[in-house]
Amino acid sequence: MRYHTAASFEEAVAIAAAAEGVTRFLAGGTDVLVQLRSDVVTPDDLIDIKHIPGVSEIIRADDGGWTIGIAVPGAVMGEHADLCRDWPGVVEGMELIGSTQVQGRATLVGNLCNGSPAADGVPALMTAGATVSVVGPNGSRTVAVQDIPTAPGRISLSKGEMITAVHLPARAEHAGDAYLRFIPRTEMDIAVVGCAVNLRLDGDVIIEASVALGAVAPTARLVPAAAEALIGSTLDDAALSALAEAASAACSPIDDKRGTIAFRTRVAGVLARRAAGIAYDRAKGASA
Amino acid sequence: MSRIHVTTTVNGDEVEYLCEPRETLLDCLRDHVGLTGAKEGCGTGDCGACSVTLDGRLVCSCLVLGAEAEGKKVETIEGLADGDTLHPLQRKFIEHAALQCGICTPGILIAAKALLEKTPDPTETEVRYWLAGNLCRCTGYDKIIRAVMDAAAEMREAS
Repeated sequence: MRYHTAASFEEAVAIAAAAEGVTRFLAGGTDVLVQLRSDVVTPDDLIDIKHIPGVSEIIRADDGGWTIGIAVPGAVMGEHADLCRDWPGVVEGMELIGSTQVQGRATLVGNLCNGSPAADGVPALMTAGATVSVVGPNGSRTVAVQDIPTAPGRISLSKGEMITAVHLPARAEHAGDAYLRFIPRTEMDIAVVGCAVNLRLDGDVIIEASVALGAVAPTARLVPAAAEALIGSTLDDAALSALAEAASAACSPIDDKRGTIAFRTRVAGVLARRAAGIAYDRAKGASA
Repeated sequence: MSRIHVTTTVNGDEVEYLCEPRETLLDCLRDHVGLTGAKEGCGTGDCGACSVTLDGRLVCSCLVLGAEAEGKKVETIEGLADGDTLHPLQRKFIEHAALQCGICTPGILIAAKALLEKTPDPTETEVRYWLAGNLCRCTGYDKIIRAVMDAAAEMREAS
């Protein structure tokens, strides 16, 4: 294995594009190094991207939009009061990953590019309308987060391409988001089901909504029908029932040691109701 | 395979070592620097026995490459006591008998120290969540939590 430290995105892309074997980018390493140590994936070229200028920064633009560097660990996101105020659901999803030690290293983009259907950092990025900047040998592009994962462990980036930043839109007034997951214990586990809800209010009425589910399909996915169930409502019982039904209907999970198909399908609806309630309260001004 | 020359700071002292690209910081501390306080439990970031701080941030040294420590500041359990004077956390762990076999203890002490620097007056719940990534198969955790809470109280009085 060759260990490279790239000083720029161009250099990182050039190394990755020229590499002939298995290539991995190293930011927090909480997946890459586990896979390396357990001989699941041994890269021929490992490209440390933490020395690239700007990758450790969280920046709020003049228009209120956020750019999160690809080497920003979860712990730093959680310590950023303004980011937590604008996007509490995004931050709480990221902070659910692993232990305090893992939070000191793990990154949003690493969680996204690892391609796990159960990635806790991903659903709230989708509901936030987050995009990522991608550069590669053939130039740069902007990609919606929901277009990155394609299957368990698979993403849509091609050889030599890498993500260079995560972008969150400016936070509108009277809006809030939330992420919940089900695990059979309180910490240090992988989601059996995850659900993110992001919504915006006019008075008491939901005028925009987005719902995403994790761990109930080959990738985390947006559920437009669940969002439709919320829009126009005041989160009354009828809307919550319709939301839960739409969330459960969008599930195509697997049976495994962590949960059955029937359990996951039902819990998706339960979590959607609860996450919507939290997002609604936050949109009303409750703090995370 | 070419080895990588690394210069880093461990517990305030400048340290140099040569490492293979795939060697972890834990391997380097134990095998090249001679500091065997950090332990390898799982090697996959689940147990916390290898906890150290890297530029002040609590991490699992088994999930950091030795090469990544270049130019960084590493703090290990060996830097916790001041000469023969134990850190309050170390004293309280002894007083409360918060250890049996001791394998997890260095990692828990380093993790607890990082918590108390950030949160000098933690609730029991905060301590339990903060230490969720430090596994102990002997104590059942209760004495560990009590020792950390007691050390925190003493450190608040002293400061």
